[in-house]
Amino acid sequence: MVRIVKEATLMIRDALLIAKKDVRVEISSRVIFGQVLPFSLLILILFGLAISSDLIVTGDAKRTVLEQVSPGLFWLAIVFSSLFAVNRSFKIESDNGNLDALRMAGIDPAAIFLGKALAISLLIFILDLFVGALAVVIFNASIIDFSILGVTVFAATISISMSGTLYAGITAGSRSKDTLMPLLLLPTMAPMLLIATRSTEAALFSEDQTGWGWPMLLSVLAFLYTGIGMLSFGALMEES
Amino acid sequence: MNDLRTIVSVADESEEIFINTDNDDSERSGPTSTRSESTTVFGFLAIATFVPLVFFGLLVAEPHSEQQESVKLMFIHLPSVLVTYVSFFCTLVCSILYLTKKSKFWDLLAGASAEIGVLFCGILLLSGSLWGKPTWGVYWQWDPRLTSTAVMFVMYLGYLAVRRMDIAAEAKSRRAAVLGIVSFLNVLIVHYSIDWWRGLHQGRTFESSEIKIEGWYLFSLMFGMLFFSFVAIWMVIHKFRILWLEYQLERMDLELAINERRSEVNDLDSSIDADEEELLFGGGS
Repeated sequence: MVRIVKEATLMIRDALLIAKKDVRVEISSRVIFGQVLPFSLLILILFGLAISSDLIVTGDAKRTVLEQVSPGLFWLAIVFSSLFAVNRSFKIESDNGNLDALRMAGIDPAAIFLGKALAISLLIFILDLFVGALAVVIFNASIIDFSILGVTVFAATISISMSGTLYAGITAGSRSKDTLMPLLLLPTMAPMLLIATRSTEAALFSEDQTGWGWPMLLSVLAFLYTGIGMLSFGALMEES
Repeated sequence: MNDLRTIVSVADESEEIFINTDNDDSERSGPTSTRSESTTVFGFLAIATFVPLVFFGLLVAEPHSEQQESVKLMFIHLPSVLVTYVSFFCTLVCSILYLTKKSKFWDLLAGASAEIGVLFCGILLLSGSLWGKPTWGVYWQWDPRLTSTAVMFVMYLGYLAVRRMDIAAEAKSRRAAVLGIVSFLNVLIVHYSIDWWRGLHQGRTFESSEIKIEGWYLFSLMFGMLFFSFVAIWMVIHKFRILWLEYQLERMDLELAINERRSEVNDLDSSIDADEEELLFGGGS
């Protein structure tokens, strides 16, 4: 029992170290904030150009098409940007054979997984804030339930980064990883996108009475992806 | 074993190398061509069930009162559903067995059945939307079953792409096995999440258009199920044997390269020895 606790604390310490390293790399290189964040803001603006701003009636409410679909658009922008964030996170590792070095240092694969995923979560979380702020302004959305929205953003971000890290691990080291990783990751994100959109609708639109069902389901999903990732990363990292 | 040698002797000069470095017998005693007794049996069974399927399905079974002739797409559609799900489930089981037993056999079988699964998943989607146009008036409905099948199709295309990655063979097998397990979990997650989404918003699309399967429909459908199962098994065996032969070829190439390098080093050693002798003893006289 004591040993398990000791191993767990050691694993969490290693994970935090790796996460801290990744955040430091980002602070000095500014790839996410300099390139990916402007990209995601641009996607939102392009959505605004592509989708009509006609008024539609849903139930008692009357709002523009753009406002009605804004939850989905917001999460689509985040999903696409997260592909770049995940790719970037593994590029800094695999370019210099750093993953091998981490393994040879005797670090638990689960700790590597958790560390990478935590750093990606933090970066995507900051993306969420900026993209969300712009979405509220340009799509004219009004937030009704902040607590539902908070849980949604948190759980969705965790699910995105956990599943992203897992698939980046599967494709790491391959020359075709830049195209292969999105092919694997996007279908996996389909349920996440769906649930996060419903959940955000519940936080935005008063006539949507689904309440806490969707955010709860999203949290379950986040736990599920964290578990799957930590369990399978050992088998993935064994060789490389 | 003898068959393997005849195959091997076709490739120039490799027979000798194959015999010399034969140190792992269990890995060697596999199929040598893609044809075997079992594929002959399943091939004949497939032909034997195809004839009654065409006869009863196209000629004997009456067109449906509402759906007309399009109802007969069922004889293709439902069997492909069966084959798709069984294939992907087989990939899951083989992936787990590969990770526990580390035998290449399971890895190759997982790959073969996933490929056949993707093929039949394509047939399933195609026949479904061809049926949807005359029945629903549209090729596509955002029904939970349709949507999750489409996502599953793309997911397993990704799985096949991972099997073609340009990394070390062993690492690739292990990652493919992990993906084979995770993909199946994802199919479940996708299915239930979309199911719940539609469950909250609107009823199932299928319930309104359910038809009774009985009489000649049931009889033809049975032959459809048998025919598709036999064809799928026939294909999986052939695909597995292709993958196995490819794997043997890779190993042979590797051994050939190693032996070439080794003989190069030996030649180099002996020439160095001769040079040294010449230097030491002043080239004899």
